[in-house]
Amino acid sequence: MTPCAAAVARDVRSGRASAESVLRAVLRKARARKDLGAFVRLLEDQALAQARAVDAKRGRGETLGRLAGVPVAVKDNMLVRGVETTAGSRLLQGHVASYDAAAVERLLAEDAVIIGHTNMDEFAMGSSTENSAFGPARNPWAPARVPGGSSGGSAAAVAAGLCPLALGSDTGGSIRQPAAFCGVVGLKPSYGRVSRRGLIAFASSLDQIGPLARTVEDAALALSVIAGADPGDSTCSAMPVPDYLQDLGTGVKGLRVGLPREYLAAGLDPEVEAAVRAAVEALRVLGAEVREVSLPHTRYAVSSYYILAPAEASSNLARFDGVRYGRRSPAARSLAELYELSRGEGFGPEVKRRVMLGTYVLSAGYYDAYYAKAQRARTLIKADFAAAFQGVDVLAAPVAPTAAFALGEKSADPVAMYLSDVYTIPSSMAGNASLSVPCGLTKGGLPIGLQLIADSFCEGTLLRAAAALEAAVPFPGLPEADRA
Amino acid sequence: MSAAFETVVGLEVHVQLATRSKLFCPCPTDGFGAPPNTRVCPVCTGQPGVLPVLNRAAAELAFEAALALNCRLAPASVFARKNYFYPDLPKAYQISQYEKPLARDGWIDLPGAGRHVRIQRIHLEEDAGKLLHAVGSRELEGSWVDFNRGGVPLIEIVSEADIRSPEEAYAYLKGLREVVQYAGASRCDMEKGELRCDANVSLRPAGTSGFGIRAEIKNLNSLRAVKDALEYECRRQAEVLASGGRVAQETRLWDAQRGVTEPMRSKEGAEDYRYFPDPDLPPLVADAKWVAELKARLPELPAAKRERFASQYGLGAGDSELLTSDRSLAEYFDAAARGLGPAAAKLAANLIATEVLARLKAEGLAPEAARLPAAELGALAALVEGGTLSSKGAKAAFAALWEKGGSAAETVARLGLAQVSDEAQVAAWVAAALAANAKAAADLKAGNDRAIGSLVGAVMKLSRGKADPVVVNRLIKESIKP
Repeated sequence: MTPCAAAVARDVRSGRASAESVLRAVLRKARARKDLGAFVRLLEDQALAQARAVDAKRGRGETLGRLAGVPVAVKDNMLVRGVETTAGSRLLQGHVASYDAAAVERLLAEDAVIIGHTNMDEFAMGSSTENSAFGPARNPWAPARVPGGSSGGSAAAVAAGLCPLALGSDTGGSIRQPAAFCGVVGLKPSYGRVSRRGLIAFASSLDQIGPLARTVEDAALALSVIAGADPGDSTCSAMPVPDYLQDLGTGVKGLRVGLPREYLAAGLDPEVEAAVRAAVEALRVLGAEVREVSLPHTRYAVSSYYILAPAEASSNLARFDGVRYGRRSPAARSLAELYELSRGEGFGPEVKRRVMLGTYVLSAGYYDAYYAKAQRARTLIKADFAAAFQGVDVLAAPVAPTAAFALGEKSADPVAMYLSDVYTIPSSMAGNASLSVPCGLTKGGLPIGLQLIADSFCEGTLLRAAAALEAAVPFPGLPEADRA
Repeated sequence: MSAAFETVVGLEVHVQLATRSKLFCPCPTDGFGAPPNTRVCPVCTGQPGVLPVLNRAAAELAFEAALALNCRLAPASVFARKNYFYPDLPKAYQISQYEKPLARDGWIDLPGAGRHVRIQRIHLEEDAGKLLHAVGSRELEGSWVDFNRGGVPLIEIVSEADIRSPEEAYAYLKGLREVVQYAGASRCDMEKGELRCDANVSLRPAGTSGFGIRAEIKNLNSLRAVKDALEYECRRQAEVLASGGRVAQETRLWDAQRGVTEPMRSKEGAEDYRYFPDPDLPPLVADAKWVAELKARLPELPAAKRERFASQYGLGAGDSELLTSDRSLAEYFDAAARGLGPAAAKLAANLIATEVLARLKAEGLAPEAARLPAAELGALAALVEGGTLSSKGAKAAFAALWEKGGSAAETVARLGLAQVSDEAQVAAWVAAALAANAKAAADLKAGNDRAIGSLVGAVMKLSRGKADPVVVNRLIKESIKP
């Protein structure tokens, strides 16, 4: 079984294991499980060079970083210098990044080893990792089911033990929902906690990079590394980064936990509801105070999200025009054709749908009715959370209405797909910190996640609560037989 | 143009801010004339994953220009994306400001016209790149993009439709350029495209206050072009209206070579830029302390300088305007005239207007690079005013000082340029001249005043040009008195 990231780092630092041997074991598994479609690109040579450099550094007696020798996979929308980075899109095939994303820089600065790019819905638009130019990723717990999305490749890779740690990006639930579907820990940091520099943008006011890990400790460790001010991202906060590992074991005695009424309503699968309630009960038994709260504007979240996110996306994706990089249709004979054909051939249907939606809601005559109104709804949703956090420290909720659904089950119905993010979108709109921690299995053996939400920049509280639950209610993890 | 119509003009002026680096990335702004795409990075070429970071120096220059133009600064302005596809626009949106520009409600005095033109708004934005087409090539073949200019900081200064003639438009633009240059916000070198102008022009029946249908004129790349294009366009619109036609609401291009405006190929329907606030950039906050510092840093502006030159040195409008047309020229004069009385200051102004400007022009120098320190020019003017130096001698002394340096007093002494005003010496020369020119002396005595010329000439010859002409004249007249 693949050891967790904290253990790898400890062993590599102490010399009990070499970074190269850890990497070789991980690559062997990754190669053996190509059927999962978790990776779109393994960077074997580059990773090997990095691992050897870490070992050499230790050999010279230098102090190693906090992620010494830890193989980390990053979602295909995070730039890795000198490497093709495509955001799961045909349009960017052949696009080689000229610089490292800030998060990648920080991983490397702590002596992590970047082993590859993980599969994703094209430009992070989707909840199943079926909208990928590379074909779908599969759920390691049930290969006929989706791993969730859009960071489905990262979740599947960690769940199957193909790497101890991965980065994903979350715009409306794209870390938390696949984490829940695959039975791993997924953390969406507060907006502004992690630099977005070098993240191929979907919706700039919502996108955040965060870790997917098998343990809460690993998620805390990864966040400690990637969080913090970046002069290259004006939306990245200068708030100091606390030591998330320090308070991890201090328990939940006296922690005020709110159960939002609106999240435990019609449409929620009874098995998921039962698991969520059981997890909250476990927290109560550990000393947390549980009370019901209300987030009255929750019902506007999905519809306003599907105005604001596509609006930003329509603008963010306009640069993919065939002029400077990426796909350039060879059939184009005029400027208009260059745009139409390059984009028409390069983008998949879900991306086209959202670009059209976004273009429409920003158009003259519609801006006030859609974009401006959705911004007002967002303000109300933010205010809901602010009010709730006057009385509680964390909110506990389901991550998704159901456990992992079958491949193809929702591909024909975009709205059904969009609704699978109904519980994760509101806290994204508010910019709060939020995570998914495994809290049980369905009768059919599929993982269920508990979502914990805290006020902005209160990741420490989230991680502490998640760690307490993890210790009290051990999650079985993927049966060894299904692993490589 | 027929007197039946009144001209209504509003100008949109783009000014390139004098920063070292671009608006949202560290690339240098010195790309004009440099090989294409040598001043670029992932940010200003719109690579995936890049984020803009505001250049604070650009914001400061924009604020300073706005303050100098008497604008009200917005406590917080908001960057917005202006979305459209064009190959010179790498992100397919321009970062600009839309609903909340950084400044509003300013004005500029039109010198001499006794009125001012209001400024509606000033906003900060990035420039686009430049398209290059190989001659004779078809679309997409032989078309290239140079992003050196892409991302260079601009401010757009939008006037109200207060301008009533091509001459006023010229004066407005000249005044605007002066103020912006004084504030140090831009060099406004029009040849380098650092100041570009679009004009909205319409006519209305004289005596009415509504607005006619306007045409937008683009490609006005010199002060001259603005005046010429507006004159042409007013004439054209007047002819259309006088013959009972309607002016089309359209964008026209000024063809300076042919001296006409022509409609640009119009696109289907109106452009919809789908502006929305840029989520990558926080609002630009005009923090009170910051603004106070910038205000304190602003130099004396041209209007105030002209007023002071008039009251402090008694300069006329013509001299003041010439000397304040350039900030460093005005500073040169100020330094030269320091401590001088009005008469000497006027002489200094004359020396600058003739000798200094001619030398600067001939040698292609800026005023701050003048080879003659301002203080020495002032000393020279004082010597003329005190009678030590004739204006001819001043010219010679100036040339020597410019070429060889040194102090004015020393140079005048070394070259023996000082006038002789000593009565006894001048009287001796006068006596000798009268003796040698008996006929002229007799004519003068007889009342032929013109005869004094040849006598003065004779004295100058004897004195080798050094006799003070005032003393010479007086002594000749005294000596022939009955």
